Amino acid sequence: MNLQSNDFELFGLKQQFAQERAVLDDRWKTLQREAHPDKFAVQGAAAQRVAMQWSARINEAYRRLKDPLTRAAYLCELGGAPVNAHTNTAMPAQFLMQQMEWREALDDARDIAALEVLRQNVEVSKQALLQQCAQLLDVQNDCNAAVPLVRELMFIEKFAQDLDRGFDKFE
Amino acid sequence: MALLQISEPGQSPNPHERRIAVGIDLGTTHSLVAAVRHGVAECLPDGEGRVILPSVVRYLAGGGRQIGHAAQEHLALDPENTIASVKRFMGRSLGDVQGAGKLPYRFAEHAGMLGIHTVAGEKSPVEVSAEILATLRYQAEDTFNDDLYGAVITVPAYFDDAQRQATKDAAQLAGLNVLRLINEPTAAAIAYGLDNASEGVYAIYDLGGGTFDISILRLTQGVFEVVATGGDSALGGDDYDHALVDWVLAQTGMQAVTAADKASLKVAARVCKEALSATKNVAFHAQLTGATVDFDVKAEQFHALTSHLTARTIAAVRKAMRDAKLAVTDVQGVVMVGGSTRMPQVQAAVAEFFGRAPLTNLNPDEVVALGASIQANQLAGNNAEGDLLLLDVIPLSLGVETMGGLVERIVPRNQTIPTAMAQDFTTYKDGQTALALHVVQGERDLVTDCRSLARFELRGIPPMTAGAARIRVTFTVDADGLLNVSAREQVSGVEARIDVKPSYGLGDDQIAQMLKDSFATAESDMRTRALVEACVDADRLVMATQTALEADGDLLDAVERSTIDGAMQALVSAKSSSDAATVEAFSKALAQATEAFAAMRMNRGIAHALAGKNIEAL
Repeated sequence: MNLQSNDFELFGLKQQFAQERAVLDDRWKTLQREAHPDKFAVQGAAAQRVAMQWSARINEAYRRLKDPLTRAAYLCELGGAPVNAHTNTAMPAQFLMQQMEWREALDDARDIAALEVLRQNVEVSKQALLQQCAQLLDVQNDCNAAVPLVRELMFIEKFAQDLDRGFDKFE
Repeated sequence: MALLQISEPGQSPNPHERRIAVGIDLGTTHSLVAAVRHGVAECLPDGEGRVILPSVVRYLAGGGRQIGHAAQEHLALDPENTIASVKRFMGRSLGDVQGAGKLPYRFAEHAGMLGIHTVAGEKSPVEVSAEILATLRYQAEDTFNDDLYGAVITVPAYFDDAQRQATKDAAQLAGLNVLRLINEPTAAAIAYGLDNASEGVYAIYDLGGGTFDISILRLTQGVFEVVATGGDSALGGDDYDHALVDWVLAQTGMQAVTAADKASLKVAARVCKEALSATKNVAFHAQLTGATVDFDVKAEQFHALTSHLTARTIAAVRKAMRDAKLAVTDVQGVVMVGGSTRMPQVQAAVAEFFGRAPLTNLNPDEVVALGASIQANQLAGNNAEGDLLLLDVIPLSLGVETMGGLVERIVPRNQTIPTAMAQDFTTYKDGQTALALHVVQGERDLVTDCRSLARFELRGIPPMTAGAARIRVTFTVDADGLLNVSAREQVSGVEARIDVKPSYGLGDDQIAQMLKDSFATAESDMRTRALVEACVDADRLVMATQTALEADGDLLDAVERSTIDGAMQALVSAKSSSDAATVEAFSKALAQATEAFAAMRMNRGIAHALAGKNIEAL
């Protein structure tokens, strides 16, 4: 094991999409107990620096693994099919239509109840896509096929953030 | 510290040696020092049995100063030279301080941090804070009749990088070895959680004299995981006092003319506010120049005229809960910290938001220092079986300025620290050989709405066409919550890095000089003691180096090995020189020679420990 080990190796987990959140949380804390700079507080600057690198690396892996979207994107990347979200923005027309409908619904929402309905719709779409990702990544081992779904999930995530801010207006 | 760099990870070289480590709550209104003694955390008293030190420093003509209770008595009598609530000025410029005109001080304006003119010359908030910290340090050293090994200092969770750095500088100036800066609500959670063996999600509502923090924590088996934090580093009990003063003046049509008037009104407001926590009706009384203010204040009036302040705290609580992605029903308990939470209207507002009565069974003034002392004791290695682990977060997003004065966020708020995050940038002109980086902190999109932390330049980029360079900017936030930024052009390998230091210009050299000046009273017995200590340190260092070489000498090649052996020999010879500075210099040289080795050993140790944990898991 070294600082370049991948997130799954670092956490001692099978390299797959399906992961238990409780196990991840537990692994995170167990690893931090070994590497956190607080454990080496009496050992001077060099020790602090090395411990900080490991501790920050463990936090990075935890952040990426605990969110299904970033976990899926990471698996695609490890499987040789990077998502390239910034350079590759072409999306299917049907998906874009749905996004536009959602945006309009968000703009037109006049109360919390309307936002709540929208949030449920978004959640259903998200869960369906995540299930497809699980199938492609863990069963069919087809990273290339998972990439477009991960990109759709990224759009949905962005919209969900805007939706959250929409709730602010009514609180 | 040098010898400890090469001891076994997780073990101190002398397991039976107990190090005296304290927790210090450096508060806006008052400060406390605490330590774990005989297994129990307790606040350490001064010579007169008082544990609370008012955070007030009075400067006298001729260089003397009074600190604490003695200074507090002069708040109204000598307002210009008696500095209270200095925490509000830490890492702040004059423009940052709201209502500076209502304060009795003569400020000096500087680009980074303001100064205060006193009869003893201009003082920086760092120096004033150092006086308070040094007083607490002596208080602790008197209690133990021994030197301190180190201290954990608490800061508001919502303190930004400049405020944290200023606090750490003040501690250094006071001669303290800072084991860690920790957040006040987290410290309170330690004291509270360990006392009550609590598990689950807790909200810590911390309203102090000048700062407000809300932290949402998850407690599981000794792990204190901060899920989200929020607050306002310029909102506290002082603002309730100011609101009361403004209201009383408006009602009576009177005015504060002199610095003494301002100070008298502030003292009177505080007395009135505290009395209103217990009774419904209090007489506000203050003596002004040529007039007396006497005015009856009813509790409901005070509540009404400060309700906007309480509402601001609740808005921050709501935002933190949203950041934590938790509902009010997920919260197992709400802990109240800070003297200002004694106000009934504050308790009522918090109870209403969470739908449950807040917990107040620990003294809100002491709980932060007590929690800090528990962490200090563990960091110093006195509690080998301790399983306390703090996983705190960064309170405010960090980023860099991009084209058009916009902020590109690199580290979003509420990220667990330590953290390292990077972003790639490129050049926008053909042949561009330098890149200016402006580091900012805050949640707003425009640079002008965020706090500017540092500027630096990456130079020497080989000329390329626009967009061809790949410049990776890495932000590293350490366990103290302090930022370090580095930039590297990936193609050429050109690098630049900066320790983000607030621009008030207290460099490490200046701090060292100030320290030297304050301890310049050289005495011969001090010199003898210094030599003995230097030789003891040298012996330990040599022993630790030998042990390390026996265990992990295989990590070194022949050249590295002979460098370390040489430095070790030189140190052994230097011990006969009977000069502490020489011994220290050779100790330092040996520490430097072994630094890379120490890092390799640490790396091997941690990798080994993590691998061990994974085998257990599988």
